[in-house]
Amino acid sequence: MNRSNTAQSEGPSSYPSAAPLEFQSATKRYAGSAKPAVDELSLEVPAGEVCVLVGPSGCGKTTAMRMVNRMIEITDGDILLDGRSVRDRNPAELRREIGYVIQQIGLFPHLTIAQNIATVPRLLGWEKERTAKRIAELLDLIDLPDDVRDRYPGQLSGGQRQRVGVARALAADPPLMLMDEPFGAIDPINRERLQDEFLRLQREIQKTIVFVTHDIDEAIKMGDRIAILREGGKLAQYATPDDLLTKPEDEFVAQFVGQDRSLKRLSLARVSDLKLLPADGFERNGEPTLEERTSLRDALSLILSYGGKPLPVLEEDGQVTGLVSTELITATLES
Amino acid sequence: MNALIAATVVPNFGGASSCVRDNGTFCWSWFSGRWGNTFWPALRQHLLLTTVAIAIGTAIAFGLTLLAHRDRRVGPPVTFVSGVLYTIPSLALFQILVPITGLTFLTVEIALVSYTLLILFRNFTTGLAEVPSEVREAARGMGLTRRQVLWRVELPLALPAMIAGLRIATVTVISLATVAALVGINQGLGVPIFDAIQGGAFKTELFAAGILAVALAIGADLLLLGVQRVLTPWAKARSR
Repeated sequence: MNRSNTAQSEGPSSYPSAAPLEFQSATKRYAGSAKPAVDELSLEVPAGEVCVLVGPSGCGKTTAMRMVNRMIEITDGDILLDGRSVRDRNPAELRREIGYVIQQIGLFPHLTIAQNIATVPRLLGWEKERTAKRIAELLDLIDLPDDVRDRYPGQLSGGQRQRVGVARALAADPPLMLMDEPFGAIDPINRERLQDEFLRLQREIQKTIVFVTHDIDEAIKMGDRIAILREGGKLAQYATPDDLLTKPEDEFVAQFVGQDRSLKRLSLARVSDLKLLPADGFERNGEPTLEERTSLRDALSLILSYGGKPLPVLEEDGQVTGLVSTELITATLES
Repeated sequence: MNALIAATVVPNFGGASSCVRDNGTFCWSWFSGRWGNTFWPALRQHLLLTTVAIAIGTAIAFGLTLLAHRDRRVGPPVTFVSGVLYTIPSLALFQILVPITGLTFLTVEIALVSYTLLILFRNFTTGLAEVPSEVREAARGMGLTRRQVLWRVELPLALPAMIAGLRIATVTVISLATVAALVGINQGLGVPIFDAIQGGAFKTELFAAGILAVALAIGADLLLLGVQRVLTPWAKARSR
């Protein structure tokens, strides 16, 4: 009894921290258009997982995402959030329970960072102290110094603004986040950093996330599950990244994931996943070295650039723990 | 040459100083003698004319802006009608109104307000139209209602353009309000200007009233600029 009381008072909101999402033959047909924009989309996203919607432009991925918070109305079928149809909800109230991040971020230029983050808490009528505490928590979570609170968005860099956009979406601890190409406008180097940061964040917050992108590499990196859509808003395949790369269901999916899908699969695994060859009698001779967290793709690349000979894996203290060969890496692709 | 000199009628202000008799550039003593009973009341009247015209014009333009924001069909006819009003020569408009509403404060206000509408409506609607679409999208996506989007996001962001419109309208009204005296309405700084012209281009009175009108315009403009600075600190805070 004591425990349940504590759990309730500690929770930042009354929502579950993550909720399952289900598309049930969700369809969007625009008036005057013969073909639907989204055609009987059915898929389930378990609570706490990242579902990436990916596909060529015009495949309806953004439309599908925007139907979830009713920015676009569903024509046919249904979408259930935590088992409840979004069609039965008041749109404004529904949206306050769903974090929303768009590519252009859309921070309010006339409000400070703190006021931006406080948008949804204010709509929900939170007390000042609770909001202030939450703002501090979120700034810490996204790794921004506390003194940005009173700055305006115009005074921040693109990457900082992007992170504030994520913090603002997380403010009321929504059980679901919708992210529409959130890193699309960021330069490649910063994009990779933000992606890594976001994955670290997601491990902490464990939200259900619908993530839209046109970039298959980003989809493979970010997604627990990937839904590939084809033109006309039809679902081509819904699978884990690994299944998608090993068992593409048809020619379209195979083409979309690319000829280099073996390499992409390697980028999903790390040296720590391998059973290393013994390093008995190995003498170091100035060759490049690998670490436990090196991806197999990078490991293979290093081995190839060093003439295909096995390379040593070093522990933090500089000890060689074993060797990695090309055969060892390619063997992982056969499973 | 002679004809020109002959045409210059020097007013006969019996017992006036030599500066006044010679129609000097600016007779300070004459001006200070008239400050209390002529210029200060005229200046206050002028300020009242302007303030009331801007207040009413703002109220009407703002209401029309909200209507046009809700329904796109409202915009074009409002722009057309206010545009027609704007093109009527001010002297003609005062002249047309006098038989209807008389030589009154109301007549001046009707004319002045009708000139503010186009400027204010255009600037107000432009301000709203220039709100970045992604900001609107984010606001809606976070669960702000239509009304909340308008009052908490769109109008605050439109404020710089709206105040810019107010500044133009205010300066315009201050300048136009002087014309009212020409049709015989006894209101504002136009009265001493008209009096000076009728009295043979008496320089001191002309300059005094003119300078006061210009000073009023500059003062009002700076005041509104200050208001904008205070209300939109974010507009200055852009680093890029």
